[in-house]
Amino acid sequence: MARAAVLGRLTWQVGTVAALRDETATARTIALDLPDWPGHLAGQHVDVRLTAPDGYSAQRSYSIASAPGGSRIELTVQQLADGEVSPYLAEVLSVGDPVELRGPIGGWFVWDPDDAGPVLLVGGGSGVVPLMAMIRARAAAGSHAPFRLLYSARSPQTALYTDELAETERADPALEVTRIYTRTPPPGWPAPPGRVSSDVLAAAAWPPEMRPAMFVCGPTGFVETVADLLVQAGHRPGKIKTERFGPSGGQQ
Amino acid sequence: MAVVSPGFFGRRRTSNEKLPPGQYLVTDFPVLSAGPTPRVDTSKWQLSITAETGQVHTWDWAAFRKLPAEEITVDLHCVTKWSKLGTGWQGVSLDTLLADVQTSAGYALVRSYGGYTTNLPLADLLDGKAWIAFRYDGDELEPEHGGPARLLVPHLYLWKSAKWVQGIQLSDSDEPGFWETLGYHNYGDPWREQRYWGD
Repeated sequence: MARAAVLGRLTWQVGTVAALRDETATARTIALDLPDWPGHLAGQHVDVRLTAPDGYSAQRSYSIASAPGGSRIELTVQQLADGEVSPYLAEVLSVGDPVELRGPIGGWFVWDPDDAGPVLLVGGGSGVVPLMAMIRARAAAGSHAPFRLLYSARSPQTALYTDELAETERADPALEVTRIYTRTPPPGWPAPPGRVSSDVLAAAAWPPEMRPAMFVCGPTGFVETVADLLVQAGHRPGKIKTERFGPSGGQQ
Repeated sequence: MAVVSPGFFGRRRTSNEKLPPGQYLVTDFPVLSAGPTPRVDTSKWQLSITAETGQVHTWDWAAFRKLPAEEITVDLHCVTKWSKLGTGWQGVSLDTLLADVQTSAGYALVRSYGGYTTNLPLADLLDGKAWIAFRYDGDELEPEHGGPARLLVPHLYLWKSAKWVQGIQLSDSDEPGFWETLGYHNYGDPWREQRYWGD
């Protein structure tokens, strides 16, 4: 497994909230201007550190949603009901507030715009965030690499980036988006609610002979299921990169 | 120094001396790995330790399970910030596995089924600090948590506790493993918060 990125020392820096954008009722995107951003690769994440007035602090990792370039990055944060950091980021934080972070982190789950080969992205819930960074990086770089995204969400109301994905897909025949809904599909949706299956994957993925690069991100159960199905379908395990988060239980 | 986050007060404060800096407690057992979970049949499983001299010691599953095993209760600390306290394992001490291995090596490179690697000083595998674990919480170790057997080095961040362990190469030189070449700390002591290069 080759080194994908060379990282320097990661020091904490204080970014400033430049803009906030609601994505769903429980997720929002935070644009941060950073004083000293070395640039990032699509798929990487940052560590965010919050500090209370008495010095208590809490850290969490968040995927970068934006394409590389410049000194501004965007994070999309899904609020967790019992969370400590995500409710603050998703509800309390205001434009102009300082946010302490360090990064970029992670040199494995990354897509390189110089790679022209086919790519399969499989996202569950907010696992689509680093995949969106790859889609945006592809557009920003003018790449024509064939991309397919399989996005599993509970319902249209909880799906992220709906309008942008629809527009990007319309404008670019080399990007195909397949959606599945696990709880409540939109009215008139041709399929019942359900999880990723071998049939869904066979229709949405590239055939193994094309040797696509594969990125799977979501809750642990989702990633375990999808990665196993991809291996069973004949994809080489070494081509499947995974990123997991959250509790070890259920699928998104 | 840290900058105060306006309006942040912290909901999950746990003053717990067992919690290293920057970590928070979980009660479930999250999974982190870089690719699909390898499925390794114990009928084909082998563990080997290779000394710097080239001498190889190999155990198949039956031989491995005949070795004296220990009950272990330890705290786990993942670099992704979660910690889980008081986890119960059963495993074979590396002291047992290394007892007949002639070595003066300073370092170990651990290899897993599936291609994962991680490195650590040999001293961190000795003196009751590391095990090859094959049971968790009373049950056989599930593949997603590293079964049939994983390294358990609980005093370092959990990525050092290689799942699906296949072999340990002893060497005079330190060769960075998978995450260690991708920006993560070469040693990974949670109490010194050695998460990334330069920490």
